[in-house]
Amino acid sequence: MSDNLRSGGSDSQEVQPLYVPIKRRSFFMYAGATAGATALVLTGCSKDDDPSTNNGDTVNVGATGSNDLGVLNYAYALEQLEAAFYTQLKTGSYYMGLSANSAEKQILDDLQYHEVAHREFFKAALGTSAIKNLEPEFGAIDFTARTGSGGRLGVLDAAKAFEDLGVAAYNGAGRFIRTAGNLVLAGKIVSVEARHAALIRDLVAEATFVDQDVVNISTNGLEKSKTPAEVVAIANTFLKAGSKLDVSGLV
Amino acid sequence: MNIISLFSEIEKVDPEVYGRFDSRRRVFQHMAGLGGRLAAAALPLALGSLFNKAYAGATATQATVIEVLQFALVLEHLEANFYTAALGNTSITSALSANNNRALNTIKTDETNHVTFLRGAITQAGATPVAPAPADFDYTGSQGGTRAALFADVLTNAATMLAVAQALEDTGVRAYKGSAADLMNNSSTNPVLEAALNIHSVEARHASRLRTMRRGGLMPANDRASFVAAGTNPSSSPKSWVSGIDNGGPAPTATRPVYDAGSPAADFPAESNTMQGANPARDITALLMGAVTGLSATAAGAAASEAFDEPLDMATVKAIARNFVKTGTPTFALLA
Repeated sequence: MSDNLRSGGSDSQEVQPLYVPIKRRSFFMYAGATAGATALVLTGCSKDDDPSTNNGDTVNVGATGSNDLGVLNYAYALEQLEAAFYTQLKTGSYYMGLSANSAEKQILDDLQYHEVAHREFFKAALGTSAIKNLEPEFGAIDFTARTGSGGRLGVLDAAKAFEDLGVAAYNGAGRFIRTAGNLVLAGKIVSVEARHAALIRDLVAEATFVDQDVVNISTNGLEKSKTPAEVVAIANTFLKAGSKLDVSGLV
Repeated sequence: MNIISLFSEIEKVDPEVYGRFDSRRRVFQHMAGLGGRLAAAALPLALGSLFNKAYAGATATQATVIEVLQFALVLEHLEANFYTAALGNTSITSALSANNNRALNTIKTDETNHVTFLRGAITQAGATPVAPAPADFDYTGSQGGTRAALFADVLTNAATMLAVAQALEDTGVRAYKGSAADLMNNSSTNPVLEAALNIHSVEARHASRLRTMRRGGLMPANDRASFVAAGTNPSSSPKSWVSGIDNGGPAPTATRPVYDAGSPAADFPAESNTMQGANPARDITALLMGAVTGLSATAAGAAASEAFDEPLDMATVKAIARNFVKTGTPTFALLA
């Protein structure tokens, strides 16, 4: 039980799309999914006023409600991870060996720019409500190789994993968004991630832009979205201790 | 339908359905295939939300949940029929590489499955799904011969077919995005919204692949379309993402509306938009230039527009879709 249960009255004001730093804090949350049952979801104690918290081992992105700060920090976390990956990729020998006018170089450049754009947008918009800068763990990725062997991921394997994960994450996060403008923003980003994912998959194996591991190709043709818990089970393997994500508030 | 019986059905539903947050996908997959009490349970919980307009949010409320699903269904029929017609023509398939044929068949299968899925969802919601007749469509753009064709050889010329396909998929991506807010229900149980998002991303994968195929050529070297870099003309050699307004798209006069602003433009900007969020809006170009060393203003501007796709309002999407429907048909009336 939190020592610092705070309630803020500001949830009653109209919610608006993603903004400058939120000045007031509210820790009243509800789990809305169970018919007729509500439960207070308490955020962890924090010395500062952010709905997100860092207890030293994990980074709690925050809870549903709270003007969408929880789900937006969740998105920001994933974009941090992707941006860090592509940025590091461009310092590795595989990328450096690509010819200047090759498709792959052009594509990997664009991917870095897009993910940095996403990250910087969330960082600016979240302001003082943003989670900290996360420390990635990319030891499983071989930045010298296009595709991997011996249990390590090559750069395209990792890119494919991150992009497919991002699509599944955004699709699975839509229901936690409470402000229409933020849903539109998430929508604007997820289709770009899907374009990324499709092309990287084609680079690895042509015409696998849609395949059974990510889309229900033999049933309804829908993407296989993931819950936040499912996403961070994967994402946390690429984050150092102290940066691992806690998404327990997204219910 | 009978709202009273709908909600008595919901009350009878196994509460486990709501409690298992990690089972959303299973719930919704059941909704498509099985019907019955799980299907009723998968519907939005807010009273009458199916038939009332959703919240006014940052973007203008355009439609009820059922209207959005029916709208989506018309678009999926438009696409599914298109690929069926195109791929049934050997002058198209023989002009395309093996991987390109595989890709198009994958897309056709997805669109057909989307039709089936949406029909199931609408039926489970107690409404009758619209059923556009294949004969109502005319992909040449002549609207049944009532005007000059936009794409006269669309079903015989593979390059033209791919151009129209790219425009259709890019439109679909913007359409789903433009209507997503109308599916919100202010709860963490929203299988309809999640399903729409899960279709939306697949359409984006399609759009990406179509652009790759147009960039790579009908018969690319080693059948590796993805290995071909984008050229200087985004109409003929596009990236897999939308850069600015892509010079108006594959056929700039006819396809410009696919990439341009909708209505109102403030809520549905052109794909060249680089300002995101509100109060204040953020300048993505400036953010990029501050974060990436050595990035030119031009490159940053292009990347800023590429990094975000833009929604398109239902009315503008319907106007685009009408180009491919014969006037005077029931389907044309659906898109009025």
